[in-house]
Amino acid sequence: MSFKDSYDIIVVGGGPAGCMAAYAAAKENVSVLLLEKDRDIGSPVRCAEAVGKDGLEKILEDNINPRWIAATIKKFQFVAPDGTVIFPQVPMTGYVLHRKLFDFDLGLLAANSGAKIVTKAYVNYLIFENDRISGVHVRINGVQHIIKSNIIIGADGVESRVGRWAGIDTTVHMKDMETCAQMTLANLPLDDDTCVFYFSQKRFPGGYGWVFPKGNKTANVGLGISGDRARSDSASARLESFVHDHFPDASILNKTVGGVPCANRLPKISSEGILLVGDAALQANPISGGGIATGMTAGKIAGNIAASAIKSDNISADFLKRYEKEWDTACGNAQKRYYRLKEGIRKLSDEQLNKTAHVLKDIPQKKQTLVKIFQTALIKQPGLLVDIMKTLNPFS
Amino acid sequence: MILLHDNKCDFCGTCVGVCPENCIDLGEAELNIDHQICTMCYKCVWICPVEALFAEKVK
Repeated sequence: MSFKDSYDIIVVGGGPAGCMAAYAAAKENVSVLLLEKDRDIGSPVRCAEAVGKDGLEKILEDNINPRWIAATIKKFQFVAPDGTVIFPQVPMTGYVLHRKLFDFDLGLLAANSGAKIVTKAYVNYLIFENDRISGVHVRINGVQHIIKSNIIIGADGVESRVGRWAGIDTTVHMKDMETCAQMTLANLPLDDDTCVFYFSQKRFPGGYGWVFPKGNKTANVGLGISGDRARSDSASARLESFVHDHFPDASILNKTVGGVPCANRLPKISSEGILLVGDAALQANPISGGGIATGMTAGKIAGNIAASAIKSDNISADFLKRYEKEWDTACGNAQKRYYRLKEGIRKLSDEQLNKTAHVLKDIPQKKQTLVKIFQTALIKQPGLLVDIMKTLNPFS
Repeated sequence: MILLHDNKCDFCGTCVGVCPENCIDLGEAELNIDHQICTMCYKCVWICPVEALFAEKVK
């Protein structure tokens, strides 16, 4: 395997955000190297794999490969702590993806547009010359290398260190980190077009439980709890008991765990010679935890702007800041509203959640819109009503 | 000192994300804590989804 000792742009991390960044930059005819620490692009999957159809189509300009799609979601259910079920009318279609195939194909997209991809490549520090980033230290097949580059795109996930090395504080507050566990289960009695969300501050404090179908009676079944409420039982211990109670007869095809940042994006996601994208920049939707679309959008914007920076020979913090502005317009301004709503939802007790469900189940299903649901649940927090009205589709 | 049950750890990196001291180093299947920098804040212990991290008192 060969790689050069210098590239215009190095992307650290080969998830959807990193692959999109590499693809977008390579398409502009600059030299791009993508370094992935694991042995595969696409594995291990640490994700509930749900994404909005419209968002994904927009990002990929309608080039959606059917092999990525495990299930198409048309319906949603919310289950209150006492088991009351409501049927929110969400005017959107969702996909549950096969992330393994999806990420692999995004890697292929990047490679086919000219990016060089190396896996099992562990970046362990950045190189600085005269206080400017000038490349990375990377261990490939056990051998330490220095590879030069004037722009580094950090797509290295929730465990990002690229940002920290570049002097950006990427620490996630405990209350903004959801600690999550998930199993892919088989032989489930479920509808393949319905995502189910479970709410209970006792079972999922500061988070929720989910059942996202993946076709053939399989589903991702998982839960997330807020980091500041995780001292007693871990996410995986809670999931064991949730699965035991709800799906005792299911077979377990996969188990995974991970952290999902449910925050506002980092105050700083770019600096001279550096751009952070995806979970590394805390760009997921703070209510749902969904980060595929917002991360890919960030990757695309960051890749484009990094390429223009190289071409115009201007990698200054000022130039790269365009990425922040563009991402805020596309996703960040909405993220701020979602975050305020999340803060309101966090305060709801199980009693309030049950009451909300009881009020809603007595109105016709057609009228159980997300706006109505949030209005009912957050009636004692009127300051949030404006956010609710603006935030018609919080699961995008 | 914060220690790791190697056989429990899934190398997910959640602990790295919340570590205020940047003292956890995560590879594909290895996790190392720099005990010189660690302040024993316990955030990694609490956030770990699989209870792989634990604290042990050092004499």
